[in-house]
Amino acid sequence: MAAFNWVTVLSGGILIGVSATLLLAFNGRIAGISGMINGAMTFAKAERWRWLFLLGMVIGGALYEYVLAPQPTPHSTFAPGAMIGGGILVGLGTRLGNGCTSGHGVCGLGRLSVRSLVAVLTFLTTAMITVFIVRHVLLLTL
Amino acid sequence: MNTHIKANLVVLVTGVLFGLGLGISQMIDRDRVLGFLDITGVWDPTLLFVLLGAVAVTVITFRFILPLPHPWLADRFYVPTRNDIDWPLVIGAAIFGIGWGISGYCPGPGITAWVLGIANPVLFMLAFLVGSWAGQWYLGQRRDRRSAASQASQSE
Repeated sequence: MAAFNWVTVLSGGILIGVSATLLLAFNGRIAGISGMINGAMTFAKAERWRWLFLLGMVIGGALYEYVLAPQPTPHSTFAPGAMIGGGILVGLGTRLGNGCTSGHGVCGLGRLSVRSLVAVLTFLTTAMITVFIVRHVLLLTL
Repeated sequence: MNTHIKANLVVLVTGVLFGLGLGISQMIDRDRVLGFLDITGVWDPTLLFVLLGAVAVTVITFRFILPLPHPWLADRFYVPTRNDIDWPLVIGAAIFGIGWGISGYCPGPGITAWVLGIANPVLFMLAFLVGSWAGQWYLGQRRDRRSAASQASQSE
């Protein structure tokens, strides 16, 4: 675990920031992943480019995992209940709130958007409360 | 090379950089994400640097990009213009946070973690689509109710 110190993590974050910068500077688009998926799933011709971005995300992930990674990323235990329950809530919440960690976090905070600041503070708070309840009140391992 | 091809190339390259960033920062390891969110347990604060690193870049670069008349390869910026705080924003963000705390995945890692060849992120993304469509349906209903209400008040 020592290999993943904060410097490594920071450089990963900077890459994400550079990605969001280039997409905005060249194409005028926001690198928000929930919006990327929702737009792609309309299958509209004007939204077709979003599939290319999603493909890129998988290529980038594979490049990391199978070429650059100092050790393989741990495979978390299979947790179908947490995936289905959590996935539905993430899909619902990001649709209602118009964005996720990338759209509101990386891009929205970069634009100094008040809406995004409210969203980020809200989802970070509820996520931390949820983990607290799951792990320390209900004593579950998800 | 025409503009359309260049723009698609930018999309692919930025997608790769994004996925690479999620891998390097280990956001694709949901146990690590849950460890970051577990502030009262054995807290692992390192993932804070993902957001800090990314925002440190965008907060500087966006200041120079957004005042441009248009992006380098497109005729306009597709950037949200709203700045009102409404209930769907707050409730939606709160629901998203609960889901993130349960699963350990947000949408980006939910896609990129597919490269690990495990079932969790696949199941997560399928459930994401169900939730997203439910939200879209709800927002549609809400719009219809509001426009019906405003028409009713106009006809009085």
